Amino acid sequence: MFVTRKAEFSASHFCRIPSLGDAANRELFGEEANPNGHGHNYTVEVTVEGDPDPVTGMLIDLKELKEWLEQEVVDPMDHRFLNHEIPPFDRVVPTTPNIAREIWRRLEPRFLNRTASLARVRLFETSDLYVDITREDQNA
Amino acid sequence: MITLTRRYHFSASHRLHSAALGEAENARLYGKCNNPYGHGHDYVLEVTVAGNIDETTGLLLPIARLDRLVQNQVLHLFSHRNLNLDLPQFARLVPTTENVALVIAELLERQWHLLNDSQTGTAPRLHRVHVQETDRNGFEVLIGAPQNKSLLDFQHESVTVNA
Repeated sequence: MFVTRKAEFSASHFCRIPSLGDAANRELFGEEANPNGHGHNYTVEVTVEGDPDPVTGMLIDLKELKEWLEQEVVDPMDHRFLNHEIPPFDRVVPTTPNIAREIWRRLEPRFLNRTASLARVRLFETSDLYVDITREDQNA
Repeated sequence: MITLTRRYHFSASHRLHSAALGEAENARLYGKCNNPYGHGHDYVLEVTVAGNIDETTGLLLPIARLDRLVQNQVLHLFSHRNLNLDLPQFARLVPTTENVALVIAELLERQWHLLNDSQTGTAPRLHRVHVQETDRNGFEVLIGAPQNKSLLDFQHESVTVNA
């Protein structure tokens, strides 16, 4: 079964490839390419897969999952300018897919030697755009 | 797997009425949705694409290209229309949201090649079409699932009506 925990962070970013000109960046990223940046209220949903512990009845300790989310995602990224302050986004374009993948990378080690596993990271950039990363493809 | 989902909005009216059924049976089956003058919804359409992150752009595809396809193939047709009267797809097909979702999936699939990258000739694949009729009713088509039949072809066939 699955358990999902949600967290929010607000951050600014811009999406530009330095080697491309303004027109090409605009073609790829639209308004997201505006060079001085803009902000979003990101929502991240983390879904964990496993079975409830027979003693505690819990699939995962949600207090712990909340702490992991705060330590790996919210504390570092909330009210930050991703391109300027949060590696790897000084060299990786902070698109929604790339931010989702970075969140997956940060959270995954926390599940080592745990009975529950990370099943999905869903990142909303706005209510009209979200990216899902699920486990099958993580080796790709 | 990585997927990207974009949410779109359109408002449209419809009436649920099957030509294969009598008046009383239609009224019983569809209830308020069978009211003769129709009624409307603010539909929410989710289009999900699946593929790989392009390591240069950090995207599965430029969002504006997906927006353009959905605008031209779907929203342009559906927005502020009477589905029964304005859309040939529903001349013979009851515009239930099941059928709306299947028609949208097929309209997108048919023109999906327009998203092909000019250099690689490929595009991420259409993975899912989800239509929310109201906050409480959602309908979903997974692309490639075996039960999907071609509705756009179906509407050109003769429909058997039980007399």
